[in-house]
Amino acid sequence: MTTTTPLAPKAGRLPGGRRRFTAARPAAGFVAAALVLFAVAPLALSDFRLGLLAKYLCTAIVAVGICLAWGRGGLLTLGQGVFFGLGGYAMAMHLKIADAGPGHVPDFMQLYGTATELPWWWRPFANPVFAIAATVLLPMAVAAILGSFIFRRRVKGAYFAILSQALAAAFAIWLVGQQATTGGTNGLTDIQGFFGYDLNDPVNQRMVYFVIAAVLLLLIALARQLMHSRYGELLVAVRDSEERVRFLGYDPANVKLVAYVVAAGMAGLAGALFVPAVGIISPALVGIVPSIELVIGAAVGGRASLTGAVLGAIGVAWARTALSEEFPAAWTYFQGLLFIVALAFLPGGLASLAAIVKRRRRNQGLSGDTA
Amino acid sequence: MTVILGQLFTGVSIGAVLLLIALGLSLTFGQMNVINMAHGEFIMAGAYTTYVLQKSISGAGISLIVALPVAFLVSGALGALLEWLLIRRLYLRPLDTLLVTWGVSLMLQQLARDIFGAPNVQTRAPDVLTGHITVIGGDDPLTFANSRLFILGLAVTAVVALSLTLRLTPLGRRIRAVVQNRDLAEVSGISTGRVDRTAFFIGSGLAGVAGVALTLVGPIGPTMGTNVIIDAFLVIVVGGIGQLKGSVIVAFVLGALQSVLEYSTTVSVAKVLVLVAIVAFLQWRPQGLYTLRTRSLV
Amino acid sequence: MTDFTDSAGLEIRELRVTFDGFTAVDGVDLDVRPGDLRFLIGPNGAGKTTLVDAVTGLVRATGSVRFAGADLLGRSVHRIARSGIGRTFQTAAVFEELTVLQNLDIAAGAGRGALTMLRRRRGVPESVARALETVGLTGLADSPAGTLAHGQKQWLEIGMLLVQDVRLLLLDEPVAGMSQDERQATGELLQRISGERTVVVIEHDMDFMRSFARSVSVLHAGRVLSEGTVAEVQADPRVQEVYLGHTRTEDTSAAVPGPTAVQEA
Repeated sequence: MTTTTPLAPKAGRLPGGRRRFTAARPAAGFVAAALVLFAVAPLALSDFRLGLLAKYLCTAIVAVGICLAWGRGGLLTLGQGVFFGLGGYAMAMHLKIADAGPGHVPDFMQLYGTATELPWWWRPFANPVFAIAATVLLPMAVAAILGSFIFRRRVKGAYFAILSQALAAAFAIWLVGQQATTGGTNGLTDIQGFFGYDLNDPVNQRMVYFVIAAVLLLLIALARQLMHSRYGELLVAVRDSEERVRFLGYDPANVKLVAYVVAAGMAGLAGALFVPAVGIISPALVGIVPSIELVIGAAVGGRASLTGAVLGAIGVAWARTALSEEFPAAWTYFQGLLFIVALAFLPGGLASLAAIVKRRRRNQGLSGDTA
Repeated sequence: MTVILGQLFTGVSIGAVLLLIALGLSLTFGQMNVINMAHGEFIMAGAYTTYVLQKSISGAGISLIVALPVAFLVSGALGALLEWLLIRRLYLRPLDTLLVTWGVSLMLQQLARDIFGAPNVQTRAPDVLTGHITVIGGDDPLTFANSRLFILGLAVTAVVALSLTLRLTPLGRRIRAVVQNRDLAEVSGISTGRVDRTAFFIGSGLAGVAGVALTLVGPIGPTMGTNVIIDAFLVIVVGGIGQLKGSVIVAFVLGALQSVLEYSTTVSVAKVLVLVAIVAFLQWRPQGLYTLRTRSLV
Repeated sequence: MTDFTDSAGLEIRELRVTFDGFTAVDGVDLDVRPGDLRFLIGPNGAGKTTLVDAVTGLVRATGSVRFAGADLLGRSVHRIARSGIGRTFQTAAVFEELTVLQNLDIAAGAGRGALTMLRRRRGVPESVARALETVGLTGLADSPAGTLAHGQKQWLEIGMLLVQDVRLLLLDEPVAGMSQDERQATGELLQRISGERTVVVIEHDMDFMRSFARSVSVLHAGRVLSEGTVAEVQADPRVQEVYLGHTRTEDTSAAVPGPTAVQEA
């Protein structure tokens, strides 16, 4: 079925398809991003600032997944905090066990409970391979189970958004309630080591930064490939008209499920990397509010554009740190305004500004015949 | 037996609160399909209205009675303003509406913090409502708190008032006409914009009334709306869009479920289990308890 | 047409569709032979679209619908589509954000494996190139489907059915809103297609029906009122009474008022 004819006029190079999805030449942009992340930033920024950047890059990793699921798939996932948290807790559990050393339980367990040995569901996380795999596979598995229930019964649009938000609320409440085994409101804090490396050592903090930057670039490449594959085109089709796709012989539930599960895996990985970068994971990072904050970055930058979503996430995270410490009230107003302006008046985010300008210029010659 | 009855009553009173906070949404979300995340902050506005009124009117009973209509007007006005400023521009983009109104909700919370301070405040309940009725006396007494009974009564009154308004008044007929066929309503000479705003006014006003009721059972704070809004949305989703009776049934069933699960596990586990139950229920009825069957593609 | 093996014929028996008490399709028996070009006509509310909805799995129905020997009722929409049945809708349903080429490529791909799906599309699949030629959209392959004219969108839909390689096409008012020339071209296209595939067309345009129908079924109030060639159907007094009698006064669609939205309850 997929044999191709070389004689078709524009075969091989499909300018239309490409132009609509990417503004810049991808390879050049990718090299530039790598240069900034691996050369400029480490040279220009202090250890403290680089640590902050590492934290922002974690939210950017989540934004990559949101861009795929929401921007392309139309799935407004307001529960990414859950997957971020699953990944984060999986990693933090392992690191806490490792910090405590063999034969001991993590500090908070001694503090809150009378526990002298690990709860059964903690034990597998003592194994580093299991823990690392779990940071990605656990969120993906949860997303797969939940998604297959939700999508198969055609729960969509706003219903999906509300359910995913309820999931985030329930997860955070549950974590708070299990103080003896999850650290409750405090979460898992004060993490010292990362697979044998002392996290208090600035050199090792830099290493963590480089790992995060590399993972981000890798996942951007992966998401790009997905978006430009046939699957990516199908995903857009499902977003725009799910029923129509069904009449073409596809099951849209599966199409959406893939995007949702991949986005969950990315969020999980981001959570796992967040833990060594910041040293903590807590319910305050996984509930409704952080979940929706993860979305806002992508929305402001441009949900459908990878570059826009990633830069938006980094920018919003940066603005938050810069503003919220000195003017907490002003930050909240600003954040609210950002939401309103970005979504009500610029739904494509900042990334669409360039496209709008370009279209204006092109349309000056033609008579207005756009959809 | 007493335990079961007690749990049942707790469930009914949780359900009554749920119903009150969801009732306004059943109009704005259920009928008009607008996802207004700032609805929770309209509840908050109603609660703070009660607080302010109590400061200026000394009698707790009178201030509560006065607060009901005033809170309705305050929250209703906020809702109409929001509709006029933002929501009417977004009628065809439900997901964007959700996020935009979330932004509004953030700003309203901060506004409350700036005006009233971040810590929670309390109102005094009138003496009549602080007591309780003893249903079964003896060693193992069963008592109903008067404040809970008041909320139950308020919820029932609000439901009846809303459904009568929708069914019998010209305004209600216009709202239903716009909901069922916007274009047709428009060409029939109904000003859909005005109907939208009025419906939003009423729905948001009901949030204000719910806010007054919430002052009887808990503290008033900037985040009180966020804490209840998701539950309220779930009531509408499970009840079925556009169906008042669905919301009523579901509010009480969820209330009872929450109460029973809390009794047999913990509050946090109960929350998770209720959500699982909801997802399971949607497997069976993805469109909610009551639905309008249509043959449209969407 | 020559072979009568029923390999790709549609056989409907006792089909019944009910919406909350309202019976939209009320015991329809219908046979469409392989390679036929069948027109379904009837006043608004006669149950034409609902019949197609039932065959394609969009609404629940009782009775039996057999196509190429397999029973379709109770199967999910995408499985019915995969068994070789495609349809279009009253309002053109194309993916507006995607290009014409991407639309066709997606329509061609329901059977693709995971690996093919995860790779980029290189070049134009042969079936897609042929469909582009057939529906005359080769020059617009890279245009977003949303920018096409109304008639072109409907052609794109037909093209999507061709690459989908369906054996039965169910078209819901394919020439609505088209100019006379476009109607002529569409009709000729349908005649060409119907040689190797079975085509069922719901249509209100009587001139179009007379010019291109190979056979006609008239639906009225959820039942088949009459069936046969154009001439036979036109001569049927019952048809003239409920329907065709009015058509001579041009306005066919409004001839018999009826519920367009059957679901309100």
